[in-house]
Amino acid sequence: MKAAVIVFPGSNCDRDVAVALEQASGRKPVMVWHREGDFEQVDLVVLPGGFAYGDYLRVGAMAAHSPVMREVKRRAERGVPTLGICNGFQVLTEAGLLPGALMRNASLQFVCKDVHCRIETGQSLYTSAFASGETVRWPVGHHDGNYFADRNTLDRLEGEGRIAFRYAEPDGSLTEGANPNGSARNIAGIFNETKSVLGLMPHPERLADSALGGTDGTRFFKGLVEALR
Amino acid sequence: MKARVHVTLKSGVLDPQGKAIGHALHSLGFAGVRDVRQGKVIELDLEESDPNKARAAIEAMCGKLLANPVIENYTIELA
Repeated sequence: MKAAVIVFPGSNCDRDVAVALEQASGRKPVMVWHREGDFEQVDLVVLPGGFAYGDYLRVGAMAAHSPVMREVKRRAERGVPTLGICNGFQVLTEAGLLPGALMRNASLQFVCKDVHCRIETGQSLYTSAFASGETVRWPVGHHDGNYFADRNTLDRLEGEGRIAFRYAEPDGSLTEGANPNGSARNIAGIFNETKSVLGLMPHPERLADSALGGTDGTRFFKGLVEALR
Repeated sequence: MKARVHVTLKSGVLDPQGKAIGHALHSLGFAGVRDVRQGKVIELDLEESDPNKARAAIEAMCGKLLANPVIENYTIELA
């Protein structure tokens, strides 16, 4: 399994996710700078967390129009699995690869803590290692993670099984208290129509080694690598 | 010619920053404020001198970058 990690000016989780991918797959990902118009063929493209282009204008807006994103978009539209974590999720929505938008947290505060997420479906490339309905602990760290979409879009995402993760209590119940940012319907991550593109606000790569205090992230990357093998 | 683009959140989209500003105004004693919505203003200096062409160009800019149609509306003001 060969992955590419896209690096924007202001990305800051690019190396963390590269380490997690290498640990899971045994192969070092290629790191692709935002100015590159093309890069080698890979099995997975990852847009990492951070603050690409300083979050100018709107989070993800400038990055979504960078030279490398034209190629990322073209490949994603051809079906190449594309994963956006945190800022990467914001870039995917701005690029039109995922519906909705990530807005300022309802509390207006930057939220940095571990949260529990319920796996809404084990039926995808990204979640086949998990059982539908189980919860995992992943960290979040963001100021703009408040998922918004109009009601029709939310209904469609739900109806088509395209909600990947929701913020939940450890027992899986969905409460307002478990929602760190005010996201509509506790949404933490969504798929595109074919489930080849996933965007999520939590950072599985930050709990992908027991030395970091947890391995729920390891399960995510191992499962993904296994599914892509 | 110069132009100004006003970008505002669509009605129905929660604006936590506007809410916080509203609370602050209340606590400063401005009691009559019913609601606050925060937006942004983008000033453009264009080579184009034809207002219709300028407007069309700015519409395209708003559609592609300056505003996010999922959450934002915009108005264009030509100087």
